[in-house]
Amino acid sequence: MLKDRDRVFTNIYGQGDIGLKGARRRGDWDKTKELIEKGRDWIIEEVKHSGLRGRGGAGFGTGMKWSFMPKKPGRRPHYLVVNADEGEPGTCKDREILRREPHKVVEGALLSAFAIGANTAYIYVRGEYCREAEALRRAIGEAHDAGLIGKDACGSGWQFDFHIHRGGGAYVCGEESGLLESLEGRKGQPRMKPPFPANIGLYGCPTTVNNVESITVVPTILRRGADWFAGLGRPNNTGTKLFCISGHVNNPCTVEDQMSIPLRELIDKHCGGVRGGWKNLKAVIPGGSSVPMIPKSVCDTVLMDFDSLKEAGAGLGTAAVIVMDQSTDVIRGIARLSRFYQHESCGQCTPCREGTGWMARMMARLAEGRASVEEIDLLEEVTRQVEGHTICALGDAAAWPIQGLIRHFRPEIEQRIADYQAAQSERAA
Amino acid sequence: MPKLTIDDSEVEVEPGFTVLQACEQAGIEIPRFCYHERLSIAGNCRMCLVEMKRSPKPVAACAMPAADGMVIRTNTPAVEKTRKAVMEFLLINHPLDCPICDQAGECDLQDQAMAYGLDHGRYRETKRAVKDKNFGPLIKAVMTRCIHCTRCIRFSTEIAGVQELGATGRGENMEVGTYVEKALASELSGNMIDLCPVGALTSAPYAFRARSWELRKTESVDVMDAVGSNIRVDVRGAEVMRILPRLNEDVNEDWISDKSRFACDGLRYQRLDRPYLRDGGKLRPATWDEAFAAVAEKVKATKARGIAAIAGDTADCEAMTALKDLMAALGSPHLDCRQDGAHLDASHRAGYLFNTSIAGIEQADACLLIGTNPRVEAPIVNARLRKRFLAGGFPVALIGKKTDLTFSHKHLGTTPNVLDKVASGAHPFAKVLNKAKRPMLILGMGALARQDGAAILAAARKIAEDSGMVNDGWNGFNVLHTAAARVGGLDLGFLPGKMGGRDVAGILDGAGMGEVEIVYLLAADEIDMDRLGGAFVIYQGHHGDAGAGRADVILPGGAYTEKNATYVNTEGRAQVARLAAYPPGEAREDWKIVRALSAVLGKPLPFDSLQQVRARMAEINANFAHTGVVAAPWGTFGEEGRLDPAPFASRLANFYMTDPISRASPTMAKCTEAFVNPARRRTGTDG
Repeated sequence: MLKDRDRVFTNIYGQGDIGLKGARRRGDWDKTKELIEKGRDWIIEEVKHSGLRGRGGAGFGTGMKWSFMPKKPGRRPHYLVVNADEGEPGTCKDREILRREPHKVVEGALLSAFAIGANTAYIYVRGEYCREAEALRRAIGEAHDAGLIGKDACGSGWQFDFHIHRGGGAYVCGEESGLLESLEGRKGQPRMKPPFPANIGLYGCPTTVNNVESITVVPTILRRGADWFAGLGRPNNTGTKLFCISGHVNNPCTVEDQMSIPLRELIDKHCGGVRGGWKNLKAVIPGGSSVPMIPKSVCDTVLMDFDSLKEAGAGLGTAAVIVMDQSTDVIRGIARLSRFYQHESCGQCTPCREGTGWMARMMARLAEGRASVEEIDLLEEVTRQVEGHTICALGDAAAWPIQGLIRHFRPEIEQRIADYQAAQSERAA
Repeated sequence: MPKLTIDDSEVEVEPGFTVLQACEQAGIEIPRFCYHERLSIAGNCRMCLVEMKRSPKPVAACAMPAADGMVIRTNTPAVEKTRKAVMEFLLINHPLDCPICDQAGECDLQDQAMAYGLDHGRYRETKRAVKDKNFGPLIKAVMTRCIHCTRCIRFSTEIAGVQELGATGRGENMEVGTYVEKALASELSGNMIDLCPVGALTSAPYAFRARSWELRKTESVDVMDAVGSNIRVDVRGAEVMRILPRLNEDVNEDWISDKSRFACDGLRYQRLDRPYLRDGGKLRPATWDEAFAAVAEKVKATKARGIAAIAGDTADCEAMTALKDLMAALGSPHLDCRQDGAHLDASHRAGYLFNTSIAGIEQADACLLIGTNPRVEAPIVNARLRKRFLAGGFPVALIGKKTDLTFSHKHLGTTPNVLDKVASGAHPFAKVLNKAKRPMLILGMGALARQDGAAILAAARKIAEDSGMVNDGWNGFNVLHTAAARVGGLDLGFLPGKMGGRDVAGILDGAGMGEVEIVYLLAADEIDMDRLGGAFVIYQGHHGDAGAGRADVILPGGAYTEKNATYVNTEGRAQVARLAAYPPGEAREDWKIVRALSAVLGKPLPFDSLQQVRARMAEINANFAHTGVVAAPWGTFGEEGRLDPAPFASRLANFYMTDPISRASPTMAKCTEAFVNPARRRTGTDG
């Protein structure tokens, strides 16, 4: 378990002062100027060395991503875009950061922007997060007044402006290129890749899009050293992480712990255990609604990190753990998620636009049992036809939960169908 | 040059090519719906997915840049499966109403479903239905059939330059439309019908009139403007069912204007299908013999100098040749092909041509428009200008009526005073032209068809010369004609003869005063008929329009789809229109009518076949001996003089109705009502 002194987010529950004074007392904005003075390359190297992997879901190395940016800004300015469009069902970590640690966000944005050579950063805040945007706006104002950002950020000579953009509430705008489209004022539809944002991003300029949590841990990494961060968790899965545990646990919470903590330990230590005890556990969706669920047998041993969950056929995603006990109707649960993806598909590319609707309709019938057993295979095949064929990852995200369900709970679906057919024939007789 | 491997064979392609283009070069067909070579890449249909080595997922061939060392596979079972999958997705919400769809038979979705689709459907849920949109009188929208390829959206934003179409809604609820329901106001909107890979956008006037496999297709050229767009005329029986564009990179690329496309239904109405004679003030049907006899009688009774001829805007070169030779045989110098009185100087060919050529616009780096609105006068030229503008570094300025050209330009003023300033070098835009390496100017009929037209022509020539528009291999001086027959007429010298020959104004004045007793109108309808006074009017044409209404003898000819005829476009490009359907009733090809009349008049013309007429044309002007464009040598033309301070006026008030065919077209009437006079109060007699 993470020791208190290793915590990055020391005010995640809002017990202390959220303002600049409180933040300073907790160590934020401490010697930021000196960090900047060490230079771009040093920052990128430190972050690379720390093993920090993007916290938005895909887990791409943050330092690596930064190194894709042009070394020197040319005719086109560089941009940092912070993705705070936290839309993944079950995820509520960025929200806590924004409203209780806004200064960490601002400082992290400054250091990240400096590392990629950007004088301007935008943060795209989910539309529903109004209090969070207010808290952040206050923090930006305070930082600006204190000279921490602005024309001469922290006295380092680096100009840094940080703008808040409030989203309209579309899930797909959390996809980085969809977010850029939306930020530019267009319909939130993901772009084709290549070109990648590091080459052609916001307004056609080199852009890095990072998750809130990714940039927020950067100042602490730089202050305490990459080795400290790399020493937490397992190799390739380093550092601390905010986990959001919801569902059938006694104390649902958002908690910071180190990577690679066993799932069972996470639930038992922080959430007061599964409702009705570990034995009552049925399945867990370990990384937000987009990743396949894992049954109890896997939950017993799996570690909460990228590699371990990938091995188990799931993924860490945003580390939003959705716990389901034996009372859960998993088929209905996944059917609800399918409806969500049908609703949130942007409609741009064929497999996702048509596939999410098809899957959602079939899932709705399967939840009732109003289907034939062969249709389970058809549904599985449809998910394979969507997966990997779309412009962005929303298609995959819609397909994976269903694949997880079929993989682990096929007997339950078949039973549902049999029950429905029995009820039908009874009614007929 | 990147070298990549596609299905085990190596291909070397030009830099900037996409994988799809590389595959095409290798002769491998990649199915696609959203990709179109003239539009930006959307990559949303996912039909073109192929396998790429070292990529875990299949990649969209249309969007992936071809790179050195790439290994692409297009024929693996996985690719085949992917295509089947995408095809299945496209079809699950497609109505499959091919039997009642006009696109059937020429539908990309149908064809590719045959090639790549499953043989049965597996979708058991309900299908989506979308409310049809009203896109105006030209485009019939059945949006349930839409596969959301966004070609129409990209065309309207990129090529047509009207940002009216877009997608609204998300996921399955995504709909292509205008958001606020309105007709698509673009002169090029019909091209969306061709672009639509399915039956979502089809031609409204053509709806349910024919099936594509019943049509006989003839390659021809258009005469609705002076661009000479290459077209394909689709005919069933004797009726022109529709007109489609034909690819010509030098002229119209893949596009044609809405008038070129939709005015063809005017060919069914108000046709002159037999000769008529005016008898007691009323026109009565007559036979050819009677008509010719009446003409002969009148001609015999008239002095040669009392006879005049005017060639109209859609007259073909063969007929003009015949009529010119007939007038020469009769001994009359009074003939003109400039109905609008444009002061075009035929002394130097470069003085009346679009010398830069339409494709050449793409090489220009500055442009001055004088008294012209290319968007209305030649939408295809305007599309080229916009294409050049989008490429960047193309300052455009306009002297003339302020208008929306679909691309941004500087409006310098409306009067010739500004032109004078540019010509004298005092205007800032003169510096822009001077600095440009390949500047161009476009002189419209609005500038030439004025009293001071010759002086304006001279001023424009001066601008061209002073700003270095004419140099080795580049000629930036352009006249944009509005009449398909005009350049042909000028090339043939269908102009007032040397010995006091009258031009159009002179003929009309002469007719009013009784000095001109016979006026031969060859499809000329755009003159003021009231000024013909008591003259005996022979009208040869195909429509009962202004000329026929005034005529004493009507000789029914063929429209442009009904004869083998030569037209020279504004660039000086001689092109051939081909007979797609025979002229109705007793109407005949025009040159044959003149040839027959010449025999009755006792002055038989020396040609009996089309080849002979064309040989005669080449004899008059060598440019008719070949197709294509020849650079015309520069010279001094125009007459320097005082410029009239009156503002330039546009010659075309209504884009949709400019000639007898479009005036007879119900579709063009609907467009006029929808786009030109939308607020017109309806009276009780309106339909």
